[in-house]
Amino acid sequence: MLTFNRYLRATSLEEAYTEAQKKSSVVLGGGMWLRLGKRRIGTAIDLSDLGLCGVEETEDSYRIGAYTTLRDLECHAALNTQYSGVLRESLRAIVGVQFRNLATVGGSVFGRFGFSDVVTVLLALDASVELYKAGVVSLERFCTMGRVNDILTHVIIPKRSLSVSYHAQRNSATDFPVLNVCAARNGEQVTVCVGARPARAVAYRYTLDGTAGKAERIANEIASRAVFDSNTRATARYRRHLCCVLVRRALDDILEKEEA
Amino acid sequence: MEITLTLNGNKITASVAPDTVLLDFLREHGCASVKCGCETSGCGLCTVFLDDKPVLSCSVPVVRADGHKVTTLEGLQEEAAEFIGFIADQGAEQCGFCNPGFVMNTIALLRENPDPTDDEIRAYLAGNLCRCSGYEGQTRGIRAYLNAKKEGRL
Ligand SMILES: Cc1cc2nc3c(=O)[nH]c(=O)nc-3n(C[C@H](O)[C@H](O)[C@H](O)COP(=O)(O)OP(=O)(O)OC[C@H]3O[C@@H](n4cnc5c(N)ncnc54)[C@H](O)[C@@H]3O)c2cc1C
Ligand code: FES
Ligand code: FES
Repeated sequence: MLTFNRYLRATSLEEAYTEAQKKSSVVLGGGMWLRLGKRRIGTAIDLSDLGLCGVEETEDSYRIGAYTTLRDLECHAALNTQYSGVLRESLRAIVGVQFRNLATVGGSVFGRFGFSDVVTVLLALDASVELYKAGVVSLERFCTMGRVNDILTHVIIPKRSLSVSYHAQRNSATDFPVLNVCAARNGEQVTVCVGARPARAVAYRYTLDGTAGKAERIANEIASRAVFDSNTRATARYRRHLCCVLVRRALDDILEKEEA
Repeated sequence: MEITLTLNGNKITASVAPDTVLLDFLREHGCASVKCGCETSGCGLCTVFLDDKPVLSCSVPVVRADGHKVTTLEGLQEEAAEFIGFIADQGAEQCGFCNPGFVMNTIALLRENPDPTDDEIRAYLAGNLCRCSGYEGQTRGIRAYLNAKKEGRL
């Protein structure tokens, strides 16, 4: 249950940042993850009035405000056209429409949840995060950082001509993924991200040309390099097996799409 | 804290604790259709509209609804009455517990996409859990309603 003593509707990022430095304060995204915790929060900081909702298209990127909801991203026509509908595909199994109308992109990325569909896809699209004080940091680096005490204002996806494919395995339709994979190809370079291992997503980079059997070799290699663990949803061994299958499917998809 | 919101067309001002959940506020203000099923954002039973978008009222601090419009099933009786009989006809309403959230989200679906395919219906309603029906009856009910509408039987 989300419990807090004080609610602050910040009027500036500076005010939000200053308040967030206090140990008892917490920045609210959609609050969906926060509310599962038991901690009593001193001040809940709401960024609703800071213009962080929506996707801004610039010449070379999409700049997504932290308070943009997952549903907004899922329904964003230009983003889905640009990236083969992969945002729609990766977000559609997250609980339900009502949930995705509340959960935010900022909260999803800031949380850097191991199981995240959102992080796996954004990592494959080579996204960066914009932090109020620390500035722009690649999502790949952000995922390796420890505790961050900053305000995430935007997620930036560079505009690239990519072929992208996303695959996830779930035990039931709207459960957390057991494993998720996103592959993005730019020319002959392919980035393959594997998440829900169950630890945070990691990115692997390969050359993917049309050579017969190459997709299979990459899939086998990633499955043997990646670290998997067991939890209530699946064993490490099952995840390793799934990884091989899902990576191969993602790469085959990309090659097929390009041939078509 | 003092908040003002428009609930089912009526402006109300109230004093609330900062962490009051929208669901509790709505029940205290006479909206008994809004129920708590799981409290972990997973069942869809507590669905209401916040500025016309379906959201989980168990997951929204009411202070976030300050200055906004909230609609519950109490405010959508006519719109619901159009198709609810079709769902009952298919035996999809058994214990009925999931029904308010399900009806709210069906209204949201049909406003957004007036002619959905069965797959689109399933995808939109995936966040509404029902422990009795197995979902097929509900999909059939919505389909029957859409067919009746297309055939001018309504
Ligand atoms: C029941 C349930 C099922 C889920 N299933 C899935 C799933 O299958 N796949 C998936 O990918 N995700 C899933 N999620 C995660 C979900 O999609 C969101 O990523 C998650 O709820 C966090 O988003 P939020 O907006 O609710 O953030 P919050 O809960 O509000 O915040 C999360 C964390 O980020 C911090 N924070 C939020 N915004 C900012 C900001 N702008 N700057 C700095 N810090 C910030 C908060 O202080 C908090 O520490 C699930 C979550 C729940 C509760
Ligand atoms: S009570 Fe709100 S989602 Fe279950
Ligand atoms: S009819 Fe009983 S939970 Fe749906």
